[in-house]
Amino acid sequence: MPVIEVKNLSKVFGRNTRQTLKLLDEGLSKSEILEQTGNTVGVNRASFSVDAGEIFVIMGLSGSGKSTLIRLVNRLIEPTEGNIYIDGDDLSKMDKKSLRKVRREKLSMVFQKFALFPHRTILENAEYGLEIQNVPKEERQKKAKDALEMVGLGGYLHQAPGQLSGGMQQRVGLARALANDPEVLLMDEAFSALDPLIRKEMQDELIDLQASMKKTILFITHDLDEALRLGDRIALMKDGSIVQIGTPEEILVKPANDYVEKFVEDVDRSKILTAQHIMKRPETVNIDRHGPRVALERMRAEGISSILVVDSQRNLKGYVTADDALDARNQDIRDLNEILKTDIIRVNKDKAMNDIFNIIHDSTTPVAVVEDEKLLGIIVRGAVIAGLAGEGEVNLDV
Amino acid sequence: MFDKLLDFVPSIPIAEKTEVVTDWLTSTFSFLFDPLKEHFGNFMEFTTNALLAVPPVIIIVIVALLAFFITGKKLGLAVFSIVGLWLIYNQGFWEHLISTFTLVLIASVLSVVIGVPVGILMSKSKIAEAIITPILDFMQTMPAFVYLIPAVAFFGIGMVPGIFASLIFATPPTVRFTNLGIRQVSQELVEASEAFGSTGSQKLFKVELPMAKATIMAGINQTVMLALSMVVIASMIGAPGLGREVLSSLQRAQVGTGFVAGIGIVILAIIIDRFTQHVNTKNN
Ligand SMILES: Nc1ncnc2c1ncn2[C@@H]1O[C@H](COP(=O)(O)OP(=O)(O)OP(=O)(O)O)[C@@H](O)[C@H]1O
Ligand SMILES: [Mg+2]
Repeated sequence: MPVIEVKNLSKVFGRNTRQTLKLLDEGLSKSEILEQTGNTVGVNRASFSVDAGEIFVIMGLSGSGKSTLIRLVNRLIEPTEGNIYIDGDDLSKMDKKSLRKVRREKLSMVFQKFALFPHRTILENAEYGLEIQNVPKEERQKKAKDALEMVGLGGYLHQAPGQLSGGMQQRVGLARALANDPEVLLMDEAFSALDPLIRKEMQDELIDLQASMKKTILFITHDLDEALRLGDRIALMKDGSIVQIGTPEEILVKPANDYVEKFVEDVDRSKILTAQHIMKRPETVNIDRHGPRVALERMRAEGISSILVVDSQRNLKGYVTADDALDARNQDIRDLNEILKTDIIRVNKDKAMNDIFNIIHDSTTPVAVVEDEKLLGIIVRGAVIAGLAGEGEVNLDV
Repeated sequence: MFDKLLDFVPSIPIAEKTEVVTDWLTSTFSFLFDPLKEHFGNFMEFTTNALLAVPPVIIIVIVALLAFFITGKKLGLAVFSIVGLWLIYNQGFWEHLISTFTLVLIASVLSVVIGVPVGILMSKSKIAEAIITPILDFMQTMPAFVYLIPAVAFFGIGMVPGIFASLIFATPPTVRFTNLGIRQVSQELVEASEAFGSTGSQKLFKVELPMAKATIMAGINQTVMLALSMVVIASMIGAPGLGREVLSSLQRAQVGTGFVAGIGIVILAIIIDRFTQHVNTKNN
């Protein structure tokens, strides 16, 4: 049984909303209806279901009805028509008390602008959901602390929300939602207000958390990249209707109509991604200061079999292998120059990923990313493939 | 010719009807008004006497200390309180000051106790807002003196009708600002509280009221100041205090005494105003 099931759900803002639904049946468009009746169609006959442990992303342009739809799921907005089932119980027919119970125990929400309570400390914010269930103070503080630890904010318990950066505030928002251990997380553009670097960090963190939590997540975004990174399945909305539901693959490969195609055509990823997007931070030793012992120690610590060599200006000199370094140590050689290998492949940071793919295919050693002579990063084979698929460590924000 | 047009309905007896209604209220509810007057009068007298039993020095020191801490350990208001209150004492108006203060205190407390819940009701219901707003407009634009008349009819003369009149006059800002403060709470915060399953009263007490506190306090500050101004007017119907001194000086053309009593009111007003304001900013 799906955790969330939405059937034929509609929301019209305005008067005589039922009549407006009839006009929708007759095939009038959202703008025609607005012209004729003055009513706004928020959501038009949406149906979908989300399974346990799934991240279901709803994507669409501004005004397409995403926020309305997610607020219908916990009935912050009353539906005009249709049903919402949570674990099989029809939310749309519940009285206030049962609705509160479901909200308290099963559904938690994370908001675009964080919606933290400014008059409460971080800890008190995280406690809120438990506090209103009258959970004893000690117990709820413990759970709230655990949740804050989980998002890496264990050290900020008694600060005010305003003292934290945007990224940290949204972690608090996430911790507040997680503190009462809900089945479902509703996230309305939860990362949209964050700057790109922090945003990506949060996406990674959500993916990490999800690996251990296995919540059912309904995630809203207007950003295709975010949708592709997070979504197990993606629903695309337009003018209140869902136009396609599918896995990221399906959305990219088989767009259901022109609208979806337009939405996704901008992301021929191999064209827009360059070397700097998929590179990793390289492990290096400094030829001016370090010898084979340091090189060996670093390789051992990182579990790698070769390491890049740079000089004090970070110009790339080459690489040494663990075997050579071991020999050198045993022969008491102090200078890295004696074992330096220079047959490393260099690519410029602006090299397109398509081209790198061909290069790395034939190479046994990693590829170094440089700007002029300076070493910027390193590319391993897996990252290219993941980057093409739109997953993994892609630094789109460089 | 045109005058005829205006005269085509004979004068409507609004004044007469109002009197009839007031008379009816007075006689019908005298079982309520009379004990109210008696008990309330006693209570106020008790409060005044209790305050008078405290040596003025102690009151002045307490006020100064409170002023010092409430303004974040600054000396300005504390010094002003000491000098101002001492001056009132020096002029022989201490007793009047205490009477006035009691009136203002009780009138303000009652205004807040009535005003905040009404404001909450207004913020929660469009219908309540539509009904209450014009009543508040009416209450505030009607000249304050007019309230003295039914006050006397219901409660005779003295402190109690003074309180009654000042209640009507001073409550509206608290109601308005409470309503405004709650309506101003951001939609997202209200949603957040609802999304976690808050009941109506949890939402009110844990989110809306704390968020609206600054605005409500601004309304209460206005209410207190209005209560003070009304208490002066209420001396016309026998409410004791500094106002009465102003009034009697006026009647006897004693410019000097009137001026000093007036200064006393100003000093009290400034102290009360700064106190209520600082309580407010401290909470932000
Ligand atoms: N309370 C409301 N009253 C009237 N119309 C509304 C209301 N809320 C939303 N709408 C309308 O419903 C439509 C969908 O709005 P919604 O906020 O769900 O869009 P969205 O996809 O979340 O957009 P965004 O990306 O800008 O957040 C819009 O046309 C909007 O104007
Ligand atoms: Mg939205």
